[in-house]
Amino acid sequence: MNSARIFIVSAACVAGIGLLAQNPAPQTPPPTPQQLEGPVPQQQNDISLEIKGEIGAPLHYAVPDFRAMTPDPETAAAAKTIAEVLWADLAYEREFDLIPRDTYRTIPQPQSPNDVPFDRWRELGADGVVIGTVQRTGNTFHVEMRLYDVKNRTVALGKAYDNVTLRNPRAGAHAISDDIHESQRQLRGVARTKLTFVSDRQNERLGGTVEKRDSKEVYVTDYDGANQQRVTTNGRLNISPNWSPDGRSIIYSSYMKIVPQILVSNIYQGTMDILSNDKSQGLLPAFSPDGTRVVFMSDRDGQMEIYLMNRDGSGVRRLTNHLADDGSPTWSPTGTQIAFTSNRSGRPQIWVMDTDGLNVRRITFSDSWADRATWSPAPYNEIAYAGQSGPGFDIKIYDVATGQTRVVTDGSGSNESPAFSPNGRHIAFTSTRQGKAQIYTMARDGKQLTRITNSGANTFPNWSR
Amino acid sequence: MPKRILVLVLLSVMAAACHKSVPPVARPTPPAPPPPSSTTRAPEPPAPAREPIPPEPLSGDAVASRSLDDLNRDSPLKPVFFEYDSDELNDDGRAVLQANAAVLKKYPTWTITIEGHCDERGTAEYNLALGERRAVASRTYLVSLGLDPNRLRTVSYGSEFPFDPAHQESAWSRNRRAHFVITAK
Repeated sequence: MNSARIFIVSAACVAGIGLLAQNPAPQTPPPTPQQLEGPVPQQQNDISLEIKGEIGAPLHYAVPDFRAMTPDPETAAAAKTIAEVLWADLAYEREFDLIPRDTYRTIPQPQSPNDVPFDRWRELGADGVVIGTVQRTGNTFHVEMRLYDVKNRTVALGKAYDNVTLRNPRAGAHAISDDIHESQRQLRGVARTKLTFVSDRQNERLGGTVEKRDSKEVYVTDYDGANQQRVTTNGRLNISPNWSPDGRSIIYSSYMKIVPQILVSNIYQGTMDILSNDKSQGLLPAFSPDGTRVVFMSDRDGQMEIYLMNRDGSGVRRLTNHLADDGSPTWSPTGTQIAFTSNRSGRPQIWVMDTDGLNVRRITFSDSWADRATWSPAPYNEIAYAGQSGPGFDIKIYDVATGQTRVVTDGSGSNESPAFSPNGRHIAFTSTRQGKAQIYTMARDGKQLTRITNSGANTFPNWSR
Repeated sequence: MPKRILVLVLLSVMAAACHKSVPPVARPTPPAPPPPSSTTRAPEPPAPAREPIPPEPLSGDAVASRSLDDLNRDSPLKPVFFEYDSDELNDDGRAVLQANAAVLKKYPTWTITIEGHCDERGTAEYNLALGERRAVASRTYLVSLGLDPNRLRTVSYGSEFPFDPAHQESAWSRNRRAHFVITAK
């Protein structure tokens, strides 16, 4: 239907203050890497040499505190924070074995790039060590790093970053981690990605009803749970947020006007688009991988069916045509197919169709109940979903090529609403294993469980590109 | 004879003693009033002079004068309850809907939102569809009883707003419902 633009004042955010009363609008761009000068060989192309270890053995990395180049307390704190966060970012992907930081407190910081005590690092068993510096430049930090190949005593990767903010030096670490994964493993890291989810932590009673209901609002967070910020402020029920591929907008359903409508919050501009009117319900929207289309569930023809529309709300066309419930649509990574939930065969199961609604086929057969598919990006071709497991659900993964299914949660609590990370190696999901519903992430083999939220009840996670 | 008078006196004493502002003085009870009939009806006692008596008789329909919030707080429209993972109406549900239909016919200007709710089991996403089916089942039955479908809107809340947040069947059975909200009158 029509889209309307609503401009929301976000002056507080423009000032770069962390607390939000309105939509967040981080105004500083992410840190931009530059080619490093110094002992790195002077060449036009980026230097990126892969550290190699023994066959079959994981490489051991160390990340000591960065060196503060200016004497102010913010720089000193950032020098520690960036190293701690970088250590955690590198450990998260499990490509490298990270040596615990308290084992190298006594190894001296080099005063120049030629001064690295390689013998000490070799003694510790490090194959790679990240040596970095942080320098205050007005209202931002300039951060430099070198990843050293300890055995060969050479620089494998060197980069410098400007625009690391005083408020959020963690972003500097995240940029370094992604660059290291790119350089050493040709792997797209997730350190700079974000999660969106829904929370009732603001404890705001819903108006317009005589029942006792609290609002649920859309939030965003860094992938590791830092910098959790509120996005919506309408004081109503908001559910099922989904990132646009460019990471700058979130589409969701809002009961602002009683009937759930599909809204898009453009979170760095402070604007909002309305994609569906309040004549029928619009639920569970999802952006296509190229961001030009939205698939969603609606009751506009009498029962819940799946529909497609353009990004601006125009061109609505119906994809499913069955008296059963059809919902929870999710896109394949190439944007040519849609996986969805249907109970047309009795109980809810995962089905797949082409984006024109044809070629509908069921893919889950081993569960009594399956819902909320999420399709892994390349290089994997897997669909994760919530499959019934006793009184609750577990996250299960269906391998599209082999047809095999594996369970990746362990039956603690009920585990639902999975969402793959953009590199396909991790899954965010909701779990009641510790009481109230909270957001967790885990690797696609079920390991590396990380709790993301702690306050209120938190549901409907989605992972940005 | 004397015994009956004594009983009457005792009764009047007890009655007088219960009425705190009157000293317990025995006095004879008045004779019982004659049974009401159209010809010999006793005059009504005068109304206590505390409120002004309106010039026209009161409409006697308290419902029509209440605000929407007051109406919904103590609603004449009752909820319909459902079995687990079901949108089927049982006899109780149909009886509730028949009563609700009667109310809605009595107040033809009212518009209603039928909210569909679920208990916390099942996934949040599936419950959005199940909630809708419960609301629609109620709406369809009301329409079959002669109500104008344009007065009845359905909204699904899935399992997002449980009426009772406890984690057992006594709570779950209260959450599996179609809940009626008067949105305009």
